[in-house]
Amino acid sequence: MSAQLRLDAVEAGYGDLVAVRDVSLEVRAGEVVALIGSNGAGKTTTLRAITGLLPVRRGRVEFEGERLDGLGPAQVVARGIAHVPEARQLFPTMTVRENLELGAARRARRRRSDALDLVFTLFPRLRERQAQLAGTLSGGEQQMCAIGRGLMAAPKLLLLDEPSLGLAPVTVKLIFENLRAINARGTTVLLVEQNVARALELSHRGYVIENGRIALAGTRAELAQSGHVRQAYLGL
Amino acid sequence: MAVGLTLIFGVMRVINFAHGDMMVWGMYIALLLSRRAGLDPYVGFVISAVALFALGLAVQRGLVQRIVDAPHEMQILLMLGVALVLENAALMAFGPEPERVRSPLAASTIWLGPVFVDVGRLVTFGVAVLLTLLLWLFLFRTDLGRAIRAAADNPYGALVIGTDVRRVYATAFGIGAACVGAAGALVSPLLPFQPATGLSLSITSFNIVIIGGMGSLLGAFIGGLLVSVAESLGAVFLAPSLKELVSFSLLILILLFRPAGLFGKRAP
Ligand SMILES: Nc1ncnc2c1ncn2[C@@H]1O[C@H](COP(=O)(O)OP(=O)(O)OP(=O)(O)O)[C@@H](O)[C@H]1O
Ligand SMILES: [Mg+2]
Repeated sequence: MSAQLRLDAVEAGYGDLVAVRDVSLEVRAGEVVALIGSNGAGKTTTLRAITGLLPVRRGRVEFEGERLDGLGPAQVVARGIAHVPEARQLFPTMTVRENLELGAARRARRRRSDALDLVFTLFPRLRERQAQLAGTLSGGEQQMCAIGRGLMAAPKLLLLDEPSLGLAPVTVKLIFENLRAINARGTTVLLVEQNVARALELSHRGYVIENGRIALAGTRAELAQSGHVRQAYLGL
Repeated sequence: MAVGLTLIFGVMRVINFAHGDMMVWGMYIALLLSRRAGLDPYVGFVISAVALFALGLAVQRGLVQRIVDAPHEMQILLMLGVALVLENAALMAFGPEPERVRSPLAASTIWLGPVFVDVGRLVTFGVAVLLTLLLWLFLFRTDLGRAIRAAADNPYGALVIGTDVRRVYATAFGIGAACVGAAGALVSPLLPFQPATGLSLSITSFNIVIIGGMGSLLGAFIGGLLVSVAESLGAVFLAPSLKELVSFSLLILILLFRPAGLFGKRAP
């Protein structure tokens, strides 16, 4: 099967700093792919280059066979890619419901209510909290809200940037179960994580990024057995 | 008027010092409409609003768009420049003499229960309440309005979810200017004005916004009420020329005890 998302020798950075150099990876439709790496490795930068939040300086990004690099975030979202960013980036003085609905701003109203039903089914907590201001939610609820906001766009591909960061183990477990359910409904997932054990559990394949380069790639089993991954990321 | 400033600042974090001068242009448009077409300013304010919306959009597209990411002092300089251009354009077009728009409505008064009220002021207040309400409905009940609030709340978040941030900024600036235009036309029968009035209007509306809290619509409205009540009380109990003193004292008090303003969010 051909790739839904393909990055080919992508370079991106900030000013003089090249944060990501020569990153190539592939995500096939229906897969969960993990992108793992330590702090500052370039995971967030890679996601931002995919969604047009940061220009791709070299190389190319393709989605469903069409070029993505050079497009702005609005156009990338319109193609069916939703980004659940690092630190959630919710709208703190707006209600949970408004936050969710903003994720579907470019879709017809009837479709929005279907999407909202789906999000509330996955995260019943958000239904209870729908009238609350997003800024007053707990960390876990905020993460649910951010994922929900992404789902509201009915994406073909969902990009997640460290959804487990700063959350209690039970909450992480709940969120990962929901990610599995989301994937089972047909949404492709590219998951950036530092919680490598959890990420590999959920993923079909994975990439390890170090110093802005892909250092290692393989199936879940291959990565879980790799001496390097075990030592550097799993602490075994 | 302060509502317009709040919208512009809230969304783009650009401080618009051209505010008062835009308002003066709203007044002159009302004047022209009344002189040339016999249109009462209480009707003509709609046209002032539309004209200022267009002006706001042009200023935003042509100038502000380039500096949203620039430091505050750059923005202040740019907006002061726009203010100067607007003021001097008004000077060239209309001359320096104070003007006042005649309206039969403004001249009449009615008894409302035990008090004697200016019809003009009553209508101005009524329309201001109505406009604030409409703006509220727009911001809270429409998609574009919500996108504007979202961009004000978290610009990066808005970008992430694929908001057309340029369009949102342009609309917000246009609507802010339109509010100012409408406000100008509405007060034009009550307040004599000349091109130089712009600066003091900018300062007053700035004052109102700071008292109410930067970026809060309700704050701007309440701030406006507070300032006008404080000024008129000051004018009655002290001396008419001391009314600004009262509103600035109010400003200093509020800044001392609530630095973020009455309804302002704490700085992040
Ligand atoms: N806005 C920015 N301006 C300048 N440099 C940046 C910026 N954001 C990230 N960097 C730098 O780019 C490099 C890669 O950062 P990136 O955020 O992609 O790492 P990451 O893998 O997501 O790390 P983390 O796990 O800590 O989130 C780092 O060296 C970082 O300092
Ligand atoms: Mg990161």
